[in-house]
Amino acid sequence: MEEMSPIVKTITKIAFAPIFLFGSYIILHGHLTPGGGFQGGAIIGTLMALYLIAFGAVKWRKKLLSIIESMGLLVFIGTAFLGLTSGYFFFNFIGGTGFPLFGEKLQTGELIDGVFFPSNNAPLLSSGTIAVMNISVGLEVIAGLTLIIVAMGLFAFTGKEGGE
Amino acid sequence: MDLSAFLYDAVHFIVLLGIIGSAFLVVKFKDLVSATIALAACSLLVSLEFFILQAPDVAIAEAAVGAGLTTAILIFAIKGTRRREEY
Repeated sequence: MEEMSPIVKTITKIAFAPIFLFGSYIILHGHLTPGGGFQGGAIIGTLMALYLIAFGAVKWRKKLLSIIESMGLLVFIGTAFLGLTSGYFFFNFIGGTGFPLFGEKLQTGELIDGVFFPSNNAPLLSSGTIAVMNISVGLEVIAGLTLIIVAMGLFAFTGKEGGE
Repeated sequence: MDLSAFLYDAVHFIVLLGIIGSAFLVVKFKDLVSATIALAACSLLVSLEFFILQAPDVAIAEAAVGAGLTTAILIFAIKGTRRREEY
């Protein structure tokens, strides 16, 4: 498909990094602020749509995108099943245990009837499996929405269902 | 009624009127690209309404999917078919 004018291409090049950074922020801070895997993935999927419209014919690796989508879902369900090793399904087995990644101990919070309720301004790496699941859902949504856009664009401009 | 509550209600009312107006335009336009742009505006106002009703999660998802991806997909679909609606 044809590409657009140099104005659109230049603006796309300028806006690429900030939009990508914002989407990554929404995904990585999913357990602290509004948003999460789906919302951040949808933002980056919109960025991919902008890139496709501005630059037109780019070699999109649909096989790789399909593999990324499947991997995201497999990591999600695998993390959920790993909770069975120390508790139950979806058990948060690395949260607050001092594990190097995502397992930071919570300092702030309050104890009510013997149950620890963490406060809302917890550190970034303190969420346990929630951040892992947010990242995997984010990758899955990015790959899936990009595949939808690429398939629709190829069909609209070439009139046949695109192969490679 | 104090001023901030009045302004809150006024903004809320304007956003609701905008949703109804843009949704009417979506049905009214015969040019499908114009109808798609009106749908994107409607989606953006719905996102603002979600934010006013204190659901920022849904607002982010609605802004990204409704105003961004749906518009691109619909314009690709119009590119593959006809631009004018006929009846």
